[in-house]
Amino acid sequence: MGSRASRLLREEEIEEIKKETGFSHSQITRLYSRFTSLDKGENGTLSREDFQRIPELAINPLGDRIINAFFPEGEDQVNFRGFMRTLAHFRPIEDNEKNKNPATEPLNSRTNKLLFAFRLYDLDRDDKISRDELLQVLEKVDVEQKMSIRFLH
Amino acid sequence: MLRCGYALFWLLGSVLLICVVSPVKGEAVVTREGSHLKLSESSHSNESQHGHSSNITGIPIISFKWHHVETPYLVAFWVLVSFLGKLVIEANHHVTSVIPESALLICFGFILGGMIWAADKVQTFRLTPTVFFFYLLPQVILDAGYHMPNKLFFTNLGGILVHAVIGTCWNAASLGLSLWGCQMGGAMGDLDIGLLQYLLFGSLMAAVDPVAVIAVFEQVHVNDVLFIMVFGESLLNDGVTVVLFNVFDAFVSLGGPKIDAAEIIKGIVSFFVVAFGGSLVGLVFGLLISLLTRCTKNIQIIEPGFIFVLGYLSYLTAEMLSLSAILSIVFCGMCCQKYINANMDENSVQTVRYAMKAFANGSETIIFVFLGISAIDKVIWVWNTGFILLTLLFVLVYRFIGVFFLTWILNRYRLVPLEFVDQVIMSYGGLRGAVAYGLAVMLDENKIKEKNLMVCTTLIVVYFTVILQGITMKPLVMWLKVKRAAVTEVSLLEKLTNKMFNHTLVAIEDISGQIGHNYMRSKWKYFEENWMSWILMKPSARKKQDQVFDVFHQLNLKDAMEYVTEGERRGSLEFVRNENSIIDFKKKSESESFDINNANMSNDHGAMSTTSRDPIPSVSLEMHEQIMKAVREAEAINAHHLLDQHLYKSRKQHRHRFSRSHFDINRDEKEVQEIFQRTMRNRLKSFTSAKMGVKPPKTIVKHTQKEQQQKMPNGKSMDKAKTSYSGDEGPNSVSFVHPAGIENPAFMPDLDPMDLLQIPPWLGESELDSSMVALSHRAQVDLPRTPSNLRRLAPLRISTRSTDSFTLENIPDTQQMDTQEEFLQSKLTT
Repeated sequence: MGSRASRLLREEEIEEIKKETGFSHSQITRLYSRFTSLDKGENGTLSREDFQRIPELAINPLGDRIINAFFPEGEDQVNFRGFMRTLAHFRPIEDNEKNKNPATEPLNSRTNKLLFAFRLYDLDRDDKISRDELLQVLEKVDVEQKMSIRFLH
Repeated sequence: MLRCGYALFWLLGSVLLICVVSPVKGEAVVTREGSHLKLSESSHSNESQHGHSSNITGIPIISFKWHHVETPYLVAFWVLVSFLGKLVIEANHHVTSVIPESALLICFGFILGGMIWAADKVQTFRLTPTVFFFYLLPQVILDAGYHMPNKLFFTNLGGILVHAVIGTCWNAASLGLSLWGCQMGGAMGDLDIGLLQYLLFGSLMAAVDPVAVIAVFEQVHVNDVLFIMVFGESLLNDGVTVVLFNVFDAFVSLGGPKIDAAEIIKGIVSFFVVAFGGSLVGLVFGLLISLLTRCTKNIQIIEPGFIFVLGYLSYLTAEMLSLSAILSIVFCGMCCQKYINANMDENSVQTVRYAMKAFANGSETIIFVFLGISAIDKVIWVWNTGFILLTLLFVLVYRFIGVFFLTWILNRYRLVPLEFVDQVIMSYGGLRGAVAYGLAVMLDENKIKEKNLMVCTTLIVVYFTVILQGITMKPLVMWLKVKRAAVTEVSLLEKLTNKMFNHTLVAIEDISGQIGHNYMRSKWKYFEENWMSWILMKPSARKKQDQVFDVFHQLNLKDAMEYVTEGERRGSLEFVRNENSIIDFKKKSESESFDINNANMSNDHGAMSTTSRDPIPSVSLEMHEQIMKAVREAEAINAHHLLDQHLYKSRKQHRHRFSRSHFDINRDEKEVQEIFQRTMRNRLKSFTSAKMGVKPPKTIVKHTQKEQQQKMPNGKSMDKAKTSYSGDEGPNSVSFVHPAGIENPAFMPDLDPMDLLQIPPWLGESELDSSMVALSHRAQVDLPRTPSNLRRLAPLRISTRSTDSFTLENIPDTQQMDTQEEFLQSKLTT
């Protein structure tokens, strides 16, 4: 597994990913081996089924949304870069430099994390969370067995 | 006011009684000075007076046999007085919200001490180390250990250990050295204390006291992490304190020149031995308790007694082996909590919890009162301004320095760093208490000439921290706006978002294939579930815990797998985007349940299903097999549906609130129960009317829904929500169309009333997460998403299957339903 990983993932790529996402070298290698283990088709990309093959994900109420979050708009395959890019949102926050420009903020900044979470709600990607979308989430997450849903009506 | 008046009256009466009683013992008092071993008079006086009474002249009708009952009387009496003091103090909440109870109790002790001293001219009653360490402290610590939030504790264990070990050593060393330096510098006048003695003093002064910490922090609800750091530290530093104290005590006895490297190394080794040995002893006793409770089914009345006795024995055993007794009893409590709750009867569990709280609270009260009384004693009152003030100063300053430095180091490794404000509170919360005083009194005055000065200083430091810091803690917290423990109910949006995030994090963890910090934990859990639970838990308790979870997981995973393979077969994209594909899944699940109950029906149903592929291979058409399997599988399916609704836990952390005087019952289960009962009643009403007219399920569903809406104009039912699910179009529309009519709630109540009051045992555990449900895909699709489906069990399946029979053959198959219902009910109630 290790040798396979290093064969398929070149040093330059690792460097690029490191710069883009902030993961360390060992983390990237580890995640690459995970990526390849998920990739049953061995074509260097993951499809949705590959994700769904993870059993715990299938029973997670937000599973399909999370999976969607990995795939950019309209595509069905995600390569390793995209995989890492999404995962980079979940690194701990480093509040070293405060950038005013959201475009240049690292992927794991607060803003980008919130953006990610926002996209989980916003299914139709219109940059707004409609009431329906919120309700959908409520149902999926099934907040409490209280009559909480009732209060929304 | 009236009650307060009575209490005061009693109090006054009791104090007067003391004053009356004490002159009786006047003579014996003088002889008593030397002995520190008893709370009351020495037996000396007992004997002399007893012999006296044997020379009687006539038959006494009544005689005042004071000495007969002296010791127990005084003990009980003092307990009574302390409790009365607490009664008086707690009468007025305005006062207690400003000044912590512990401070008030100490003041009360002052008053009492003053009265006694005025009566006797000598302090007859004191907090002696023996009484304190053997009779008063163990229950407090046992309570702390038993109610310790294990998850929180072990998550922060690294930080706690760093503070407990390194922090305490730093406190001790720095205090001792600076005082010595000051003495060298002449700031304290003429004192005969050597460096080693200073270090000894430093070691007993260094320990943060758990009793004081609980007492003060209870009134100021700070956030969990902060609390556990301080509290955990106060418990674990006993290991260090004991070692340091003994080592330095030995050093002082040996004298300066004899200390060489070997001794120092022995000291370090002894630390490890004491700490780990103490914990090991506690662990052993904890396991012993768990094993015992496994067999005590027939003596449920005195089951709780085992815990107290064994806990106390663990304390004494560690003490006997000169290991850390506090560590021992803490780990005993922590280790056995889970198994006790699983093994013992519900009543016993409540008894243990309540009794422990009662004892701990009572002990604490007595400790503080006597701390106050012990102050009023001329013997120990040696004043040395320099020494005392410098000690106070150093204790405070070094605490701050130590905490900040250590936290700075820790924060580099912590996921959630401790903020500045938290650190301030941690430093300020380093209260010294009775343990320090107890250790000080235990000093040998032959070796340490200035013992009384040390005792006095210790007392002053204790008073300062408990009273002054206690009083100012709350304003400080509020001023610094420390993140308090969430006392209020979080809003719906917060709950929702929290759950969302939890699910997201869990999903990402699963995707990235690692569980982060919890790798060890999952290994431990595996070990614990397979080995420890097997040995330590009663088979019935274990079964409830494990098997059901296992079944749940297996079935769920199986579902998930099938879901995925189904999707793959049908084409990938459709699978996620198109909610209709869920139909198949639903059908499949029904077919599963069909196997169990009636093979023929499932066959027909298979024919009916329009969009599904072949029925699952597991559908077997032989009745024989079915019925044999039915017993186990019925249970499995029951459990599955039960758990479907409840137990997909999103690995959220349990929100904990530790308190000396209250204990939380898991409120959510009551809500759940209540809602369930309410909706069941509603369903019953609707069901009885729905049963009358049998229609194709499509209409039935709508019919009952309409009915229910009409019936409950107050909008109580969740059906409203169901019909207005404009969101996930797919399942909803599908459910209405689907012949199986699974969403037919009408048939539920028929079978569920039996289970109205069945609470799964795991819900009774206090460890349960407050968030209980996140519906799996399958659950959302299969069953109505209303909260009323809390206890949906396989009987539902039966009934829905019978609705199938309605659609297929349009016969009200109620009879069939009834027999099957009985069958399953019998299964459920066993």
